[in-house]
Amino acid sequence: MVETFQNLILGFSTALTPVNLFYAFMGCLIGTMVGVLPGVGPLAGISMLLPTTFGLEPTAGLILLAGVYYGAMYGGSTTSILMRIPGEAASVMTCIDGYAMAQKGRAGPALSIAAIGSYVAGSASVIGLMFLAPPLARFALRFGPPEYFSLLALGLLVLGYMTGGSLAKNLAMIALGLLFGMIGIDQMTGYFRYSYGVVALGDGIGVVPVAVGLFGIAEILATAGSKVRPEILKPKLRDLLPSRREFRDSVMPIGRGTILGFLIGIIPGSAHVISTFISYAVERRISKHPERFGKGAIEGVAGPESANNAASCGALVPMLALGVPTGPIPAVLLAALMVHGINPGPLFIKEQPAIFWGLIASMYVGNVVLLLLNLPLVGIFVNFLRIPYRILYPMILMFCVVGVYAVNASYVDVAIMSGMGVIGYILRKFDFETAPIVLGVVIAPIIEISLRQSLTMSNGKYSIFFQRPISAVFLSGALVMVVVALLPLIRRGIDYGWRKELTRAEKEK
Amino acid sequence: MGIDRISGFFLFLLAAFVAVETRVLPLGTHSHPGPGYLPLILSCFLAAMSLIVIVRGKLSPPWRSVEWSEKVHALAIIGCCFFATFFMEPLGYRITMFLALGILFGVLERMKVWWALILASSLSLGSFWVFDTVLRVPLPRGGWGF
Repeated sequence: MVETFQNLILGFSTALTPVNLFYAFMGCLIGTMVGVLPGVGPLAGISMLLPTTFGLEPTAGLILLAGVYYGAMYGGSTTSILMRIPGEAASVMTCIDGYAMAQKGRAGPALSIAAIGSYVAGSASVIGLMFLAPPLARFALRFGPPEYFSLLALGLLVLGYMTGGSLAKNLAMIALGLLFGMIGIDQMTGYFRYSYGVVALGDGIGVVPVAVGLFGIAEILATAGSKVRPEILKPKLRDLLPSRREFRDSVMPIGRGTILGFLIGIIPGSAHVISTFISYAVERRISKHPERFGKGAIEGVAGPESANNAASCGALVPMLALGVPTGPIPAVLLAALMVHGINPGPLFIKEQPAIFWGLIASMYVGNVVLLLLNLPLVGIFVNFLRIPYRILYPMILMFCVVGVYAVNASYVDVAIMSGMGVIGYILRKFDFETAPIVLGVVIAPIIEISLRQSLTMSNGKYSIFFQRPISAVFLSGALVMVVVALLPLIRRGIDYGWRKELTRAEKEK
Repeated sequence: MGIDRISGFFLFLLAAFVAVETRVLPLGTHSHPGPGYLPLILSCFLAAMSLIVIVRGKLSPPWRSVEWSEKVHALAIIGCCFFATFFMEPLGYRITMFLALGILFGVLERMKVWWALILASSLSLGSFWVFDTVLRVPLPRGGWGF
């Protein structure tokens, strides 16, 4: 405990330097804009901004990108409440009661409670991250290649199951992502794989062109030409304060949403989206007046918004402690760390304490910045939505091109981004989820090396994965996952309604 | 035909293509897996998943129900992306972006010529200044120094 607080003081001494404070502020500001604007989600936003951090110190770069991440998560709720347009899938539940409140002239309190809930959940889950990540990292020091392979296999299976839509389609997308990740020089033998003479492909396909293509370009392709001009409600600053009753009604949902969100956030897949469903369902179930839900109940805003932000923080636990991303956004953050020469994993916290604890402290700072920034400036952020989309999308396209080119100064990366944009656009039309592809690309090198090293260690025997206890536990988890996924096919009457809800939310977005 | 059957068919073709391409890579043995080992396993797995998608795709929405109303915009944007890919280094960032944005604003979105010119030039020059000059991210200048 004492050591943790000493480390936290070290973190604050890093995060509270004027330069890092400036980058935390800029990250939150840009992130909120990214969350508010249609066509740029947090993933594409972080990917596009990655090159801007190259000239920065690793800590400052990471603080900027983390600010963009949680700023974007908050920004999405603004459009949900004021326009009934979820900036991303995690804000779908906020639309229901948030917009209903806005129609009743209570947009201000809805925005305030969303901001306060996000602040409380963000800060509280940072405490969880602070206490959970270091022991998890110490535990992970016992992992060898078989444990890593089993953990990644379990993670990918959970990802396939916890992402909305068809499980077979999701698993196909994971395989496709892993195959994309195999392109380039084989790390163990030096063989060129699937590069067809293109020297630039030797280093493989980068996660940034893949993420920007699948999420940025594909979104532009699917939405350009849309002529719908949404109605925007603009709250005044004096209307922002919630009433005493609204405040009292929100306290417990914020607490429950925070705990639920953080715990669910650690699970791979669309955990932050799922956490909002569960939080909403729990609040409606335990409410004395469930009939108010859907008609402007403040609990329907407070719970899901808190869960969403807590889950974003929970997702960083496995990424920082194990070096294993659980979703596409942590995957891009992982790539950002690697660009700066940092390898997240069990030794990261021990060897780079200033960066890890600086990031933790910057999250506290970032949450305060978000609270101070979002409430008074909500009117300004909403004005971004008045920019016509026919002007906005060429600008986003330009930032996609420059952002991707700048990573390696390579036109091949821009070509990969364009190709991925086309693939992502077609896959969306055919009801495929593209997030598993991004994760597959990032995980491919780790999972391949783990598998090959494990088989070499065991002289070609696959039983090594069951003989080692930690690996056996992970594989048993994977087996349970497969059984749970197959149950609805075998026995009638078993229906996982939340998966349908998740699919619907991801389509609504 | 349903969209799942069509997409499953194309995924199966892709899996077959990967499997065929893997033949040039050493597979190795179980005790010493080579560079073609995991790609072959993955292509078989992809083929299996695509077959499941095909089999279970009986009730998927028909191909004709897929909306392509934005296809003109999408084709033009893809064209601009590939134009930027292949001309950014020979022409330079500013000229390439000016042309790409000019086409999008002026031709595709039918803005007034002067308005399209102002937007295309200010955005291409402005983004170059922000990234290249302020953030020191080197952007291509092309043969003419633009």
